[in-house]
Amino acid sequence: MCVCVCVCVCVLQCCRSAAVCLCSSARRGLSCNGWSGTIMAVEFEGGVVIGADSRTTTGAYIANRVTDKLTPIHERIFCCRSGSAADTQAIADAVTYQLGFHSIELDEAPLVQTAASLFREMCYRYREELMAGIIVAGWDPRRGGQVYTVPVGGMMTRQPVSVGGSGSSYIYGYVDSNYRAGMSKEECLKFTAEALTLAMERDGSSGGVVRLAVVSEQGVERQVILGNQLPKFSTV
Amino acid sequence: TEEQCWGTWGKNIKCVCFYRNALLEADINKLGFSSPAARKTGTTICGVVYKDGVVLGADTRATEGMVVADKNCSKIHYISPNIYCCGAGTAADTEMTTQIISSNLELHSLSTGRLPRVTTANRMLKQMLFRYQGYIGAALVLGGVDCNGPHLYSIYPHGSTDKLPYVTMGSGSLAAMAVFEDRYRPNMEEEEAKRLVRDAIAAGIFNDLGSGSNIDLCVITKGKVDYLRPHDMANKKGVRTGSYRYKHGTTGVLTKAVTPLNLEVVEESVQTMDTS
Repeated sequence: MCVCVCVCVCVLQCCRSAAVCLCSSARRGLSCNGWSGTIMAVEFEGGVVIGADSRTTTGAYIANRVTDKLTPIHERIFCCRSGSAADTQAIADAVTYQLGFHSIELDEAPLVQTAASLFREMCYRYREELMAGIIVAGWDPRRGGQVYTVPVGGMMTRQPVSVGGSGSSYIYGYVDSNYRAGMSKEECLKFTAEALTLAMERDGSSGGVVRLAVVSEQGVERQVILGNQLPKFSTV
Repeated sequence: TEEQCWGTWGKNIKCVCFYRNALLEADINKLGFSSPAARKTGTTICGVVYKDGVVLGADTRATEGMVVADKNCSKIHYISPNIYCCGAGTAADTEMTTQIISSNLELHSLSTGRLPRVTTANRMLKQMLFRYQGYIGAALVLGGVDCNGPHLYSIYPHGSTDKLPYVTMGSGSLAAMAVFEDRYRPNMEEEEAKRLVRDAIAAGIFNDLGSGSNIDLCVITKGKVDYLRPHDMANKKGVRTGSYRYKHGTTGVLTKAVTPLNLEVVEESVQTMDTS
């Protein structure tokens, strides 16, 4: 009986999200550009590690194979964008403006929670029109490294590690089993790179290169792992 | 939900175009007419960043359904003296969108007192296209040279943009991208870049039904723009080798009768044309 209930709930949720997808696409008429990939963010002591793949697709064609989905919102706050490219770019631009204005008014660095709240406000208010799954991650002096996830629908919650995008479904197991609290920066980078590689391997909408960034008190360090340098797993 | 306020994003469109189009769509069949087919530019457009600037390229065929409406249309639109934009998709949409942004950019440039930047044009275009939620079918390749160097953007009808060293758009974009992916190198010389763009557009012209006719090129460098129209006439119309005209006297004349019609002028009035 328990199993039946669980399955029903899961199926209903899938249907609902599928229905929402179809409704939006149908309303749009044209195929929306940008059903994009896999994104991930991990907190560590002193900052956050964020990562994303680099593929943007229009249907079956890869419109951009070197996309940068890690968008700076402020000096030490980034957002990882997944979902419709147009929607997430527009939202990110709007939030960048609002946060910049707020930061000038405050005359200090904004909180990551503020940035996440701004994303949540927009994603929830226009939830019927938007298709955007965003992870907000950064460092602020008050609470250190933080990761907030704002999936489709507009919920906001803080998590130590978060994955998003179409490829995330394939790595929940890997992330849940391999994440440990208190990992170092290097361990987090390796963890993120491997998780994204596995997702890119299995998801058609994810691929290209792995873009990583470390956001901490010292600033931002970005790196790119090219296709031939990706970690290798057993090929069956 | 119709009242849901988009702020600056959708007030205009939700109130005006959305309702008007829906009304027209509903009533037009009752009146016995069929809605006009939008003239699309089928199209192959592309752009590449090279050492000194950008090269934009486009074919010149405009289609209305399966018929070629214009054999030599111009798809590379002027935005500002240092910025040009190729347009694919619905011809009217690309034409009007680029004109609107060109006008706004000129006012902006006068206000700032500076040469406009490509990223400004990109911002204006993406925000307008996003506001109309993809109903304006304009897929653009925007390129230019400003104080920060050469820049190239691809802009999609829904309002997403990508900043890349080489881009292609339109129905022939896959054919053109194949050429680019094979032969693009960073920091090419001008001649090599022009050849590459020419070949990419040619790939679109010969392998895509929606693209055809000639190849237009636009080479933008710091302080100079070369608008080469046409750069290459890839599809010259052939010359007929024979003539079907019959010689005079082929048909024998048997009888001939001439009847003059005598008409008298009743009234004569002159209306001058306003040629001012």
